[in-house]
Amino acid sequence: MILWIAAVLVGMGALAWVFRFAGQAATGNVPKFRDMPFGVAYGYILAVLVVGWLIWAYFQGRSSDPAIANKFFFLRIGIEGFIIFAIAAWLFRLAGRRVGTAWSRKMFRAMPLTAAFGVMIILIYAILAIFAGLLAPYGQEQIIPGVAANITPGGDPALGGNPDFPLGTDQIGRDILSRLIYGAQNTVGIAFATTLLAFFLGGTFGFLAATFGGWLDQVLSRMVDVLMAIPSLIFALLLMTIASVWAPRLGIPLTVFMVIIIAVIDSTRVFRLSRAVGQNIVVMDYIEAAKLRGEGFGYIIFKEILPNATAPLLAEFGLRFCFVFLTIAALSFLGVGIQPPLADWGTMVRDLSGFVNYAQFAPMAATAPLLAAGAIALLTVAVNFVVDWMLHKSSGLKE
Amino acid sequence: MTEPLLKMRGVKIEGRSDETWNPIINGVDLTLARGEVLGLIGESGAGKSTLGLAAMGYTRDGVRISDGTIEFDGIDLLTASAAVKRELLGKRIAYVAQSAAASFNPAHRLIDQHVEGPSQHGVMSRAESEADGMELYRKLRLPNPDEIGFRYPHQVSGGQLQRAMTAMAMSCRPDLIVFDEPTTALDVTTQIEVLSAIRDIVDQFGTAAIYITHDLAVVAQMADRIKVLLKGDEVETADTRTMLDAPTQEYTKSLWAVRSFERPAKPAIATGAVPVISVQNVDASYGSTPVLHDVSFDMHEGRTVAVVGESGSGKSTTARCITGLLPPKSGQILLDGEALPASYKKRSKDQLRQVQMIYQMADTALNPRMSIGQIIARPVQFYLGLTGAAKRKRVDQLLEQIELEPSEYYNRLPSELSGGQKQRVGIARALAAEPKFIICDEVTSALDQLVAEGILRLLAKLQDDLSLSYMFITHDLATVRAIADEVVVMKDGRVVEQGPKVDMFTPPHHAYTDLLLSSVPEMDPDWLTNLLKERGVDNVGDAAVDKM
Repeated sequence: MILWIAAVLVGMGALAWVFRFAGQAATGNVPKFRDMPFGVAYGYILAVLVVGWLIWAYFQGRSSDPAIANKFFFLRIGIEGFIIFAIAAWLFRLAGRRVGTAWSRKMFRAMPLTAAFGVMIILIYAILAIFAGLLAPYGQEQIIPGVAANITPGGDPALGGNPDFPLGTDQIGRDILSRLIYGAQNTVGIAFATTLLAFFLGGTFGFLAATFGGWLDQVLSRMVDVLMAIPSLIFALLLMTIASVWAPRLGIPLTVFMVIIIAVIDSTRVFRLSRAVGQNIVVMDYIEAAKLRGEGFGYIIFKEILPNATAPLLAEFGLRFCFVFLTIAALSFLGVGIQPPLADWGTMVRDLSGFVNYAQFAPMAATAPLLAAGAIALLTVAVNFVVDWMLHKSSGLKE
Repeated sequence: MTEPLLKMRGVKIEGRSDETWNPIINGVDLTLARGEVLGLIGESGAGKSTLGLAAMGYTRDGVRISDGTIEFDGIDLLTASAAVKRELLGKRIAYVAQSAAASFNPAHRLIDQHVEGPSQHGVMSRAESEADGMELYRKLRLPNPDEIGFRYPHQVSGGQLQRAMTAMAMSCRPDLIVFDEPTTALDVTTQIEVLSAIRDIVDQFGTAAIYITHDLAVVAQMADRIKVLLKGDEVETADTRTMLDAPTQEYTKSLWAVRSFERPAKPAIATGAVPVISVQNVDASYGSTPVLHDVSFDMHEGRTVAVVGESGSGKSTTARCITGLLPPKSGQILLDGEALPASYKKRSKDQLRQVQMIYQMADTALNPRMSIGQIIARPVQFYLGLTGAAKRKRVDQLLEQIELEPSEYYNRLPSELSGGQKQRVGIARALAAEPKFIICDEVTSALDQLVAEGILRLLAKLQDDLSLSYMFITHDLATVRAIADEVVVMKDGRVVEQGPKVDMFTPPHHAYTDLLLSSVPEMDPDWLTNLLKERGVDNVGDAAVDKM
């Protein structure tokens, strides 16, 4: 095996050399080939091989022999999804350039494809979350009478599907499509609220620590250090377990506790960032000028510091939102997050996770738990694309 | 005459911004003979550095050479392969950057970085080049030449670092060195050491050099020929003496004329007049390190007090004591004869209003997220309570005072302004408070001479109109000559000499004042030679300081 790998690597090296030499000879030694380092030539060969393998694998996945096709099923879906989303994002951007106000058209003209994809996905999620009640064919907790449990996604009766339930049903016969749509409302809504709260807490205290310095900074920073020393997921789990005892006694929904607990734990990270960013801004002469003018702390924080800290905070917001989202999904997966019968993507992954074992011979059945996981992944990627783009814009970086 | 060493013909360079290529250099010719030193001068943005780098066949990211030819010793640098260029750069063409502190790797000792070039290019073995490095350090008059190489960059001073960098450029005995403003960031006294060291070593090895700077007096000492650039075009080229004595172009003449600005002397201060600001026996320290010792001087209405001294002499610290940012340990600050609270936090709004500050770096002194209008309007609203149309009217008035068109600049962001314009906005912000007293902390040191002169003229005009008092912190004595009424010389946290400007510029001086005064480069190309002769050639600055 090792010998085989070594042979391939050496073979690629030889190919890279030949490629560069052929390039030099064929183009009459243009600078691109003449000055090409060997590593770059090797990279080209590697890229060509990988793309070649992907194409080969894709057609394996479309093979009529199910034994072969099943092996490459998920790769095939991935490649198809990638192409479809790319085309959709391109069309979306094209549409954005044609319709809308002058401002939005201008924005779409300057938008890279990744950002267009991100905006599109976020818009779709937002619409789904807001109009979940109208869009979902069934209720989120509705067990549809007379319908079998565990209908396979895909709607192909030959593979155990049902055209009425394109994404199938779960282990007690609820429509997965409806639950996914409601899940957008629950999971995304709660994650958004939590992130906002975390930023409000962390940002306020971080900037206060940066501007005041001294003992306030010491006290706040050491407290945050203590909180950060405890592994966040375990800490959240512990607190959630305590909260689940308190919640019924106090008559407050457990979800409220969850929002507060995750927000506080995540605000420590926001605190560290805003304090660091704030400290860099506080030493600027314009802050000194404002202090010498006799300005109050409110003005200095909100008018002088905050506008200059938006770029890094915004980037952190995108990341933090994804982390919060994943924490909620993880807590729900562990059973202490969003409680049944409310639909939640994390819970859905957990409930259907057993089906992953069928991936080898019945890939359609294995798709069931991956739908919710895919929904999480898609949103995470989309949010990060948009944040990258905003950062790029606000930092004024060229190229 | 043999073939020139460097031949650039019709070189056009473009930079990419906002998705388009904009010209930086529009077709400049440059010829450099072996052993010749060419001075390249112009304002910032004239394309000096870009052209200097292009002479090495190099461009920064986002910049391309779009047209022309660059030939170095018969080798076409634009079509040469990467391998050929690698062989040339460092070995036959070397570069000395403006900021040596930022260009040395802080994690390696100087000598380790020095030997890299020669051993990489196979010119010398490591041991040979180490020995050679020490020899070069000696030639460049660095203290302890045998040991200094074993220090890390942060362990030597800025002037020494700049010389170590020159030694590094010399390590392979190149045919051409490009100096990119090597002394701009240095004090006048340090500048002389570096200048004389560079000049000698270039002379000794017969190296050709391109010397980029915006300081005419410096270039006059260094260059055989001077080329003046303006916005990417060549204005004129001539021998240094011809250029200095008889510039032919209007632009060159205006550059030459900058240093002629000088205000008429004001009448002596009436006895018994209450000073606007009086600094009395101030001692101050950062933590336990004392910085100021018994500093006292007065500043009167409508007059400018220039505070001069090297970096670290306590000029800016004095300003921090006056503004209240650093409460003095003992002594006090009087405003119109009344003691000001030590800390700015305890001062009343009116006391704060009377003392305003203009900063050295306009870039960091203006909030980049606020428009010019907002920046100026804030003190107007904060101190004078004006709102709405009245506020807008006052801001427009202030913008007119600083000679910026209100309708055009009101909504711009600081990043959309040039350095000089930003500094003007800083002035307007200080004026908006309608103060009696303004501290100008090195306000012109980051600006080109032409722009700086404009700022000085503006400040002088405002002083006449509004009878303001300035405390002008600077290390540039040309500025002092231009604007000051009284001068305070500081060294190591003490006032060594003070008095009216006329007295300061006529001997006899305190030894330190003398050193400062004689270190200001003059436009005379023989100035440096004469000065060194006068001082006795050996390590100029240090020797003079030691004498005191």
